[in-house]
Amino acid sequence: MTVKITIGAVNRDHGSSRIYKTGGWRTMRPVVDLEKCISCYKCYDYCPDGAIKKLDKGITYDFDYCKGCGICAKECPVQAIVMIKEEK
Amino acid sequence: MTKEDLELFASGHRACAGCGEGTAVRQILKAAGPNTVATICTGCLEVISTGYPETAWEIPIIHAAFENSASVAAGVEVALKELGRKEGVNVIAFGGDGGTFDIGFQALSGMLERGHDITYVCVDNEAYMNTGIQRCSSTPYGASTTTSPVGKLSIGESRPKKPIAAICAAHGIPYTATASIAYINDLKKKVKKAVETEGPAFLHVFAPCPTGWRHGSDSTIEIARLAVETGVFVLWEAEDGDICNLKITQKPKKRKPVKDYLKSQRRFAHLSDEDIEHIQKEVDEKCEKYGF
Amino acid sequence: MGEQKAMTIKGNMATAMGAKLCRPNVIPAYPITPSTLFPEKMSEFVADGELDASMINVESEHSAMSACIGASATGARVCTASASQGIALMHEMLFIASGMRLPIVMAVGNRALSAPINIWCDHQDTIASRDSGWLQFYAENNQEGLDLMINAFRIAEDERVLLPAMVGIDAFVLTHTMEGVRVPAQEDVDEFLPPYKPSHGVLDPKEPATFGSFGTPDYYQEFKHAQVEAIEKSEAVIDEVFKEYKERFGREYNKVTTFQCEDADIILLTMGSMTGTAREAVRKLRAKGEKVGLAKLTVYRPFPAPELIKILSGAKGVAVVDRNISPGAYGAVYTDLAGAFANMDERPLLKNFIAGLGGREIFVESFQEIYQKTKDAVTAGEVKEPVEWINMNEDVMR
Ligand SMILES: Cc1ncc(C[n+]2csc(CCOP(=O)(O)OP(=O)(O)O)c2C)c(N)n1
Ligand SMILES: [Mg+2]
Repeated sequence: MTVKITIGAVNRDHGSSRIYKTGGWRTMRPVVDLEKCISCYKCYDYCPDGAIKKLDKGITYDFDYCKGCGICAKECPVQAIVMIKEEK
Repeated sequence: MTKEDLELFASGHRACAGCGEGTAVRQILKAAGPNTVATICTGCLEVISTGYPETAWEIPIIHAAFENSASVAAGVEVALKELGRKEGVNVIAFGGDGGTFDIGFQALSGMLERGHDITYVCVDNEAYMNTGIQRCSSTPYGASTTTSPVGKLSIGESRPKKPIAAICAAHGIPYTATASIAYINDLKKKVKKAVETEGPAFLHVFAPCPTGWRHGSDSTIEIARLAVETGVFVLWEAEDGDICNLKITQKPKKRKPVKDYLKSQRRFAHLSDEDIEHIQKEVDEKCEKYGF
Repeated sequence: MGEQKAMTIKGNMATAMGAKLCRPNVIPAYPITPSTLFPEKMSEFVADGELDASMINVESEHSAMSACIGASATGARVCTASASQGIALMHEMLFIASGMRLPIVMAVGNRALSAPINIWCDHQDTIASRDSGWLQFYAENNQEGLDLMINAFRIAEDERVLLPAMVGIDAFVLTHTMEGVRVPAQEDVDEFLPPYKPSHGVLDPKEPATFGSFGTPDYYQEFKHAQVEAIEKSEAVIDEVFKEYKERFGREYNKVTTFQCEDADIILLTMGSMTGTAREAVRKLRAKGEKVGLAKLTVYRPFPAPELIKILSGAKGVAVVDRNISPGAYGAVYTDLAGAFANMDERPLLKNFIAGLGGREIFVESFQEIYQKTKDAVTAGEVKEPVEWINMNEDVMR
């Protein structure tokens, strides 16, 4: 992205990092079994990238940003999430 | 949607996969809310979140240099008050462990002593990560870093971790706490308490770094939890600097062996059984002091 | 126009009163000789309710400038004071203040740098920070110190500029010396200097902005270029503001002020309090029929190259008297002036004199010697010794 410079590099475009899709870094991909999910949202809390969205029941991933770290799968108390190889 | 569903630390930041700092900052901002001005230090946090023309921040922030998050925040806080804009606005100063324990220690001490209404948050990953894993006074005994490498004549880091939170509390500040990204509710509760406290508060937040500690990116939270469960990192809070009466906020029912924690990270891979025993003894003594 | 009160005060008091008239909101400061009276006086003004502001009694100059940066980015009008080791300690933050385009104003008591430690006057402290992107003003006397503080705020905060500024007054010679000054009335300064309303952003949750971005190679050079453009634009702003100041307050300032330069063969170029001594020397030499003049640099950054070229081109020789030295090279003003003349066909011979380091006196006779040496070079048609040190104590030299 090219953007004109501002005075003093002050950046008012808050949250603009979202234009960069870190999902491209992923080598492993989380898959959630919503049947097993108990909506405890621990995965949501622990995600370093804000890539998990809460649903009324269960969760969904924003694969634009999920880096595939696997914290969600490891922390899921009911093993509802598994990591599979990312297919590009 | 509740207020805390707002993502004030936006996705797209360039933290490594599994970065503990990412979870820490994201959750701290959720707890503090949008009416917050923050200062940050040079270090991973600044590099991953402010590359022009992007910024991951949904709140106003200023990064000036490595060692002065506390004094920049002092200027912000006093200016907000002078200009009549401080009411209802939190000022948070973020620092890495390097920016807090070492190079920023003087500025931090000055800020605490002067009594600014600032919550200082040290996000501790136990080394200078941004420059490539150099030792810091936060690096624990036995950890191999690029400037405390293990070798024929070296066990890795040879000095114990500096007790930064106790030192800050000794300034007599209204609120001091240690927290961990493995205990989100505890962390958020402490953040809220800190920002609601009038005057300076210090939060020491334990946040593993998969790249620097050399563990799998999925283990960040597990390792942070193990640190608490083994007694390596103790979660407590203290009011008015009264560290003799600090409150342990997360007491492990039965402490796990320190070995479980050390074996989870390759920065400790070289430690012998004897070394581990030595560390276990130190942790036992420390935990006894804390009363468990 | 209110009455301008006549007072006899020290230089530090003059810069403090100048600052006070500008109604700063936040004053982070740290004591150091010879500037200490500035934070003391500002503290008194605040303590007595004469100034509605907050002092921040920081634990170091590094934190002083850091707090200035935080406060200025929050939208406050900010000033501080320092000298010597203090400016060296805040060096890192000087570049950050200018890079973020924060119009902080700093009063300086120009003092030598250690080692050996020395509390007396020279210009090494501010000269060592000449590349930090700050505007630099140097006062000849206490009146100038007071007036330049007021001008500095107005110029620094101008939308076309938005850069920090330092005003230097010489250690002891001015900082601690009582002189008569005229103090403008508050209401007149209020008219001259409107409240600071930054347009490039303030730290405010209502409009979240990120200050202090990470500048990659894709952008860094453009940011620096824009900053340099701003200091270049300040040249016209300085002229405008000085002119308006004269109209309102009656005292004239110029980037370069001349004395008897029109027909001069040899011109002395000075900065700071030595100028008064040099003026006396020029008078004496003129009385003997010598065609000598004096040019005083009030504004050192931006370097007023066009003005200097205009003033000095007609002379045969220019004696640049530097109260600083770049070891292994020359005095700073000399280097800059040589750069300004680099592509000129017609230019005077330039000679550099290093004088007054660490509080070494500069006498009227010193300028007579400087004049004679420059005249000799002009007569010989060449400069054999580009840099000469003045008033060396041969008795203690090895
Ligand atoms: C004055 C100064 N010295 C050194 C550096 C280089 N430097 C930048 S970040 C950093 C380490 C940061 O470590 P820490 O504060 O622990 O933060 P982390 O990157 O680990 O999150 C260092 C040494 C600098 N930017 N400024
Ligand atoms: Mg670190």
